[in-house]
Amino acid sequence: MAFLYAMPGAVAEGLIWGLMAIGVYISYKILDIADLTVDGSICTGGCVCAVMIGSGAPVWLSVAVAFLAGMLTGVVTGLFHTALGIPSILAGILTQLILYSVNLAILGGKSLIAIDPRANQLILHMSDNPMAIVAAGLIIVCTIIGLWLFFYTEVGLTLKSTGDNPDMSRAQGINVKLNKVVGLAIANGIVALAGALLAQYKGSANINDGRGAIVIALAAIFIGLSVSLKIKPNFVVSLIGVVGGGVVYYIIYTFVILLGLKTDYLKMLSAIIVALFLAVPYLKGEYFQKKKVMPMPSSPEPDHLGGGDTNA
Amino acid sequence: MLKITNLHKTFNPGTVNAKTALSGLNLTLEDGDFVTVIGGNGAGKSTMLNAIAGVWKPDYGTIEIDGVDVTNMPEHKRAKFLGRVFQDPMKGTAPDMEIAENLSIAARRATKRKLVWGIRKGERDRYKELLSTLELGLESRLSCKVGLLSGGQRQAVTLLMATLSKPKLLLLDEHTAALDPKTAAKVLEITDKLVTENKLTTLMITHNMHDAIAHGNRLIMMHEGRIVVDVSGEEKKKLTISQLLGLFEQASGMAMADDKVMLSK
Repeated sequence: MAFLYAMPGAVAEGLIWGLMAIGVYISYKILDIADLTVDGSICTGGCVCAVMIGSGAPVWLSVAVAFLAGMLTGVVTGLFHTALGIPSILAGILTQLILYSVNLAILGGKSLIAIDPRANQLILHMSDNPMAIVAAGLIIVCTIIGLWLFFYTEVGLTLKSTGDNPDMSRAQGINVKLNKVVGLAIANGIVALAGALLAQYKGSANINDGRGAIVIALAAIFIGLSVSLKIKPNFVVSLIGVVGGGVVYYIIYTFVILLGLKTDYLKMLSAIIVALFLAVPYLKGEYFQKKKVMPMPSSPEPDHLGGGDTNA
Repeated sequence: MLKITNLHKTFNPGTVNAKTALSGLNLTLEDGDFVTVIGGNGAGKSTMLNAIAGVWKPDYGTIEIDGVDVTNMPEHKRAKFLGRVFQDPMKGTAPDMEIAENLSIAARRATKRKLVWGIRKGERDRYKELLSTLELGLESRLSCKVGLLSGGQRQAVTLLMATLSKPKLLLLDEHTAALDPKTAAKVLEITDKLVTENKLTTLMITHNMHDAIAHGNRLIMMHEGRIVVDVSGEEKKKLTISQLLGLFEQASGMAMADDKVMLSK
C-alpha cells in the first residue's frame, strides 16, 4: 500500500530524471562523449533557478536562464576538449569541479537555498504530484519534438555523423570541433533544465545536488534502450525509452527504500545497476556467444559483394 | 588543377623515431588527369594524399588546388574541393546512419549547412537513381543503416558520396586493398565509371601494378618521399610490369623489394 502511495512521486521525479537522461543521451550516445560535466550542470540549473525565483524573477524566465547557464557549462567543457586538446572525460571532470565553486557562488556561499512553493507559482512541486507529472510530461514532449526536428535538419545530421564517424565527417566538410561544442551545449542545457525542475519539485537547491547524476542518467538510458531498441530503433522511440528508463529507475528506487534499504546505500545501488548493464552485453559476447558465421544482409547480388567471400 | 611544390614532412622530428615521409615532393595535375600512384611501404603515398586533404600541416612547401593555396586551410574547409575514399571501408561512412542520410551529408559537402530539412523532397529519388547505377541492389535500401552493408558495398557508397557534389579532385587511398579480389574488381569498375562520367581529376593509390597500368592516363611511382617515375599518355598505355620495375630501379638505384607490390605481379 505504501508503495502505491509513493508511486506518483516516483513517477514525477523519474520523469525529471528522464529529461536529464535525454541530455546525457545526446552527449553519450549521439556525440559518443562520456560527459561528466552533467554532475555539475544539473546543480547549476537548480541553483540559478532557485536564486532567480528567490529574487522575484518570473518562474519561466528563471528556468530559461537555467537552461542557458547549462549550455554555457557545455561550451566550457567543449572548448577544454576541442580548443585545448584535453581528453573529453577529463574536460568534463574539470568543468564539474569548476562548477562546484561557481554553484557555491551562485548560492551566495550558502549550501542550500529554499524555494517557497506557496509564495511562487512554480511549474511543479512535490505537494501536487499529478500536476507535476503533467507539467514534466509536457516539457518532455516539447523537448523530444524539438530534438526530433533538430536532428533531421542539415545541421542536426552533421551532429549525428560527428559522433558516429569523425573521419567521415571531416572528409565531408563538417567542422567536428564546433559540432562537439554545440552538442555539449545542447546536452548540458537540457540537463540544467532538468536541474531547474528538480529544484522546484523538491523546493530547494542544494550544492550537493547532482553528485552521481551521470550514473542515474546512464541507468535510465540503459534500462530504456534495452526495451526501446527492441521495439523500433529510431530516434524518437529511443528518447521515449530513455524517459521511461528514468521512471522505471525511480520506481525501483522507491521500492528499494520502502523495503528498508538505508538511503546511504542508494548511490552504490545506482552504480551497480549501471555496471550490470554495461557488463552484461560484454559477458554475453565473451562467454555465451556460440561461434557462428555472421549472416550477410540480403541483397539481390550477394555474389559480388558478400563481405566474407575471400577465396573468390 | 593540383599543384604541389617542394613539400616536406617529417613525423616525430628530433626523436629516434623521426621519419621523413615527404622530402621535396613536386606534382602538378592537369584538369581531368587520372593518375595512379604506386610505391613501396613508406614511400610517402598516403602521406601525400593526407597532406592534400589537410589531415596535418606540412613542414615546408605549398599545395594549391584549382589556383587556391590550401596549405594552411583546415581539413573540413578544403573538403569542399575534395572527394575522398579511404583504405578502411569503415572509415568513409557513418555506420549508424541511413544510406540516404550519408548521401545527403555528402551532397552538402561544399555548402554551408542550415537549419532546414536534412533530406529534401526529391532527394531520395535522385539517390535511388544514383544507387541503381552501382548495380548492387542498394536502391531499395535507402533507409537501411550503412553499418549493415558489407565492406564492398560500403566502399561503393563512399565512392558515390565522394563524387556526389562534384569534387575538384578525387583522392583514392588504396580503396580496394581491404576487399576480396572479386569485390575489388567491381569497386574499381565503379571507380572508372564515376571518374569517366564526371570527368574527375583523380589520384588513386594502389599497390597492384596491373591496376596501376590498366587505369588512368598517367602513372607515378614514389620512393622515399619523392616521385621517381612519371609516365603518361602513349608511353603509359604500352607499359609492362617488367618495364615499370626497370624504370624504378633506374630512378631509385635499387630493386623494387616491397612484398605487397611484388606479390601483385
